[in-house]
Amino acid sequence: MERDQRVMVLGQDVGRLGGVFRATAGIQERFGGDRCFDTPVSEAGMLGTAVGLALAGWRPVCEIQFDGFCYPALDQLITHVGRYRQRTSGRAAMPLVVRIPYGGGVGAPELHSDSPEAYFVHAPGLKVAVPSSAADAKGLLAAAIRSPDPVVFLEPKALYRVAQDPVPEGDHCLTLGTARIARRGDAVTIITYGAMVPVAQVAAQALAEEGMEAEVIDLRTLKPLDEELVIASVAKTGRAVVVHEGPRTLGVGAEVSALLAEHAIASIKGPIVRVTGYDSPAPPSLLEHKYIPSPERVIAAARRTMEL
Amino acid sequence: MSQELLEIYRDMVFLRVFDEEWKRFSHMGRVGNVPLTWGLEAVYAGSMRALEAEDWVFPSYRETSASILRGVPAATVLAMERGHPGGWWDPWSHNVAPPSIPVGSHVSHAVGYAWGTRLAGLPHCTIVYFGDGATSEGAFHEGANYAALTKAPVVLMCNNNGWAISTPVSRQSAAATLAAKAEGYGMPGVRVDGHDVLAVRDATAEALARARDGGGPTLIEAVTVRTGAHAAVDDPSLYMDQEAVERERSKDCLARYEQELQDRDLLDEDTRQRYHDEARSITRTAMQEAEALEDPLPGAILGSVYAEPAATIESSGQAFQEERR
Repeated sequence: MERDQRVMVLGQDVGRLGGVFRATAGIQERFGGDRCFDTPVSEAGMLGTAVGLALAGWRPVCEIQFDGFCYPALDQLITHVGRYRQRTSGRAAMPLVVRIPYGGGVGAPELHSDSPEAYFVHAPGLKVAVPSSAADAKGLLAAAIRSPDPVVFLEPKALYRVAQDPVPEGDHCLTLGTARIARRGDAVTIITYGAMVPVAQVAAQALAEEGMEAEVIDLRTLKPLDEELVIASVAKTGRAVVVHEGPRTLGVGAEVSALLAEHAIASIKGPIVRVTGYDSPAPPSLLEHKYIPSPERVIAAARRTMEL
Repeated sequence: MSQELLEIYRDMVFLRVFDEEWKRFSHMGRVGNVPLTWGLEAVYAGSMRALEAEDWVFPSYRETSASILRGVPAATVLAMERGHPGGWWDPWSHNVAPPSIPVGSHVSHAVGYAWGTRLAGLPHCTIVYFGDGATSEGAFHEGANYAALTKAPVVLMCNNNGWAISTPVSRQSAAATLAAKAEGYGMPGVRVDGHDVLAVRDATAEALARARDGGGPTLIEAVTVRTGAHAAVDDPSLYMDQEAVERERSKDCLARYEQELQDRDLLDEDTRQRYHDEARSITRTAMQEAEALEDPLPGAILGSVYAEPAATIESSGQAFQEERR
């Protein structure tokens, strides 16, 4: 916000409270109520207002309080935000960001534990980023804010109070569309993102102890997807497991599997296995551990890729 | 003064002739199913006359043709209705946003734009058009609420023509008037006779002046009665009472204004004829121009979706190229 006077924050309780997760703490004090604006309880209205603000030259960063409350905003994202640039022959950019704390594992009530990423990935015109570490949260958010395209930025809330990695000082901006190899290996590729990255790493550690070196790919952005890195890794290992919290059918795992079937079929030596949430609403918190992929499920899936 | 009155008349004639012409074009298959504006000329010509050049307009689909009054070329509008990407105009070239096809969800765009310009210290105002049906959408409510909260310099222009396709306004809302909704948002609500072009102009001018002075938004309900089809492809005889239609048609805003000008000796038959001929000629030439556009290139499908497309989008483009081989 210091770097670019056009950046402004919008959201419920983002001002004095600093957001329900304190992600915007101190911003209103520092930049004033106009650049850190407490909106009414109105997700669709906020996104619509952000469209107009973007047309007026601002770069709105909108906060949705919880994943399950983003659905009213889907109307604006699908019917307008992702289409505006084309509708104006490329003249009107939509440089806005929608930050959404997402995912389960924090023992919250209904509609506080959803993984809605697939809806955004499927909507043309949007980009989708999901950090898995504090450093990436900074680098990807900077990239999202500076992007001329609209970016949905999903923050794994299970990692809010867990990620302990050092945050780079000063300017730190990643490139949207560039995945990261979180662990190197040659026996199987585990492709994942967000809160499932640490789960995959625990699984990879256990597999290594059995003598199976897994490569873990942290996608970082789901759209654009770093297809090259994913294909290259699976071409090397010949085996793939895709892990995500969101429901299975037509989730990111389905897209990655299709991508590998189209571009890496000659290298594939076993079934591509998805480890995902189920086709049910995210369950009540006492059942979450049965829904959210666990290291055990990832390990079993990695073994299954060997079965052919 | 009398010059302005004639210019308003000319705008109304243009909209009337354009509407009749593009309805015909639609039935001939030269454009798609276009929204009709017969009887709304006073609402559009009156309100747009009150705007300054730098003010912005956020049209709904029904104001696509009225955008021509703000300078959008008629050929561009007709290209859009042909389904040609050449119809995607640059909002900044005439300060007109792209028409919103979904009902009501553009209200907050106008509010955000107006608020954003005020935050940036710019002097201009914004007007957003929507119909009676849009007031039933949650998006209208959220937009109006934001407008009042941020004191955005915006005029919410509700064109209440009595019908949302076949649903009468009485089945749209139990409120006594749509303007009455303004009170709930904490903004002034004004009801104006939408058949009276000068009354619409004055009500809009007043709302714009208040907005420019920092007084925030106004909801204007311009009341008209639709007596024809919703769009070129629609059969109003299925839902409208023909006797009532005839009665209402006699209250036509254009005939009424024409009479007013003639009574004041401001309009002679030659001028009247000239405006009609001119409008017809502009419209027909524009249709020919829109049809003379080269066939759109397939590149327009993916070309302007992202500023920075990157891999995924490019690979969907690759599939697109391969399938065309």
